[in-house]
Amino acid sequence: MSFLATTRATLEKDVRLEWRSKDAINGMLFFSLLVGVIFSYAFEPTAEESRQIAGGLVWVAVLFAAVVALNQTWARELRNQVLDAYRVSPAPGNPLFLAKAVGNFMFVSVLEALMTLLFIVFYKLRPLGPGWQLLPIALLGTWALVVNGTFFAAVSLRTRSREIMLPVLLFPLSIPALIGMVKGTTAILTGADSARFYIALLVAYDVVFTTACLLLFDTVLEAE
Amino acid sequence: MKRGFTILAIVTGLLLAFGFYKALAPLDWPLGTPTEQTMGYVQRIFYYHVSSAWTALVLFAINFVSSIVFLVKRNEKADIVALAAAELGVVFCTVVLVTGPIWARPVWGIWWDPADIRLNSTLALCLIYISYLVLRRFSTSSKTPVIAAVWAIFGALDVPFVFFSIWFFRTQHPSPVIAQGGSLDPRMWITVLINWAAFLSLAWLVGWTRYRLEVAERKVDEAEALESLLEGSQ
Repeated sequence: MSFLATTRATLEKDVRLEWRSKDAINGMLFFSLLVGVIFSYAFEPTAEESRQIAGGLVWVAVLFAAVVALNQTWARELRNQVLDAYRVSPAPGNPLFLAKAVGNFMFVSVLEALMTLLFIVFYKLRPLGPGWQLLPIALLGTWALVVNGTFFAAVSLRTRSREIMLPVLLFPLSIPALIGMVKGTTAILTGADSARFYIALLVAYDVVFTTACLLLFDTVLEAE
Repeated sequence: MKRGFTILAIVTGLLLAFGFYKALAPLDWPLGTPTEQTMGYVQRIFYYHVSSAWTALVLFAINFVSSIVFLVKRNEKADIVALAAAELGVVFCTVVLVTGPIWARPVWGIWWDPADIRLNSTLALCLIYISYLVLRRFSTSSKTPVIAAVWAIFGALDVPFVFFSIWFFRTQHPSPVIAQGGSLDPRMWITVLINWAAFLSLAWLVGWTRYRLEVAERKVDEAEALESLLEGSQ
């Protein structure tokens, strides 16, 4: 099977599984809803304060929720030794990785679309800067979280207390991406300065880490 | 080897003692260092702060290089060097993060500035390598060295991004002395270099010990595994 065919087959399988069970989406959505509600109890911001803090709140909620879904990606393949079967099959690791990353990207994007509506209602948000720039920030930022998250979920498969290991690895690595997402979003919401720098930063981050993941994934897959 | 170790230990001890004396001795003592005019005596923590920072950076660089060497050549020695370098790097980085606030409190009036470039990049660096150590400790796979080396490469790739992402943060941290050497009194330069040499030498000494300890531990583990295997087959 070619690279693309393997990727598509794995992706289709994951999407179908998710469509039928809705495990990841439901878990993430309720989790981030709770985070949003707790934040709204904790702060009672004015419109201007909302613009200052909403970028941070929404991305922290997404980050926490994404970890919930990312932890399940590979764990699912451990049952019935699916991952071992994949390892002995002649297919290389990269299509598998790419399919998983794209799948997670889709799930987290759906979550974000719903969460954005929720946050607009909760925090009475209206961007003062160019609102369309939120889209590239969301897409690039989500990919940044998801590509490293998928990779390190695979790394943390063979560790004790796997669920805690993923955030321990992912959060420090994602500091620059998170700063880019939060600062970029805040820049657009407040309209104070341009978000271009942060978009460029996220593009560079995505390119470098996607390349690194693809180059090193086979090494990690064999090491499991 | 034993003799080399003893000599290194003696040299380290002498350098540390001399560096400590020079860092604290005022100018009117023999071989003393001038006291900074505006900050006064508290500035002398600089000799420990900066020397530790440079040592930590050297150790993280060693960790990165030996991780790559390990991934390419699968040489166990490179893995042990990477492990020892990361552990020591975290220790020295912690010294930087502790001495910084001790200095900042009297000079800036605050312990920590949450939006400062240099403070945040150092903290992120320290967190990345703590993660590395946690990963090694929690890993149950026999391929721990491989995934640790992969993580070390990701961590090193992350460092420039950490720096760029906070490009627009303000900084009130004194500018790096290495870039503008002229602003530092030459006598202060000598003191900071002696302390750096002492810390590097200390890192080498401790790293060497850690290396030998890890080699011995792995031998013991192997022997135990072999023993239980033999017992099982009887």
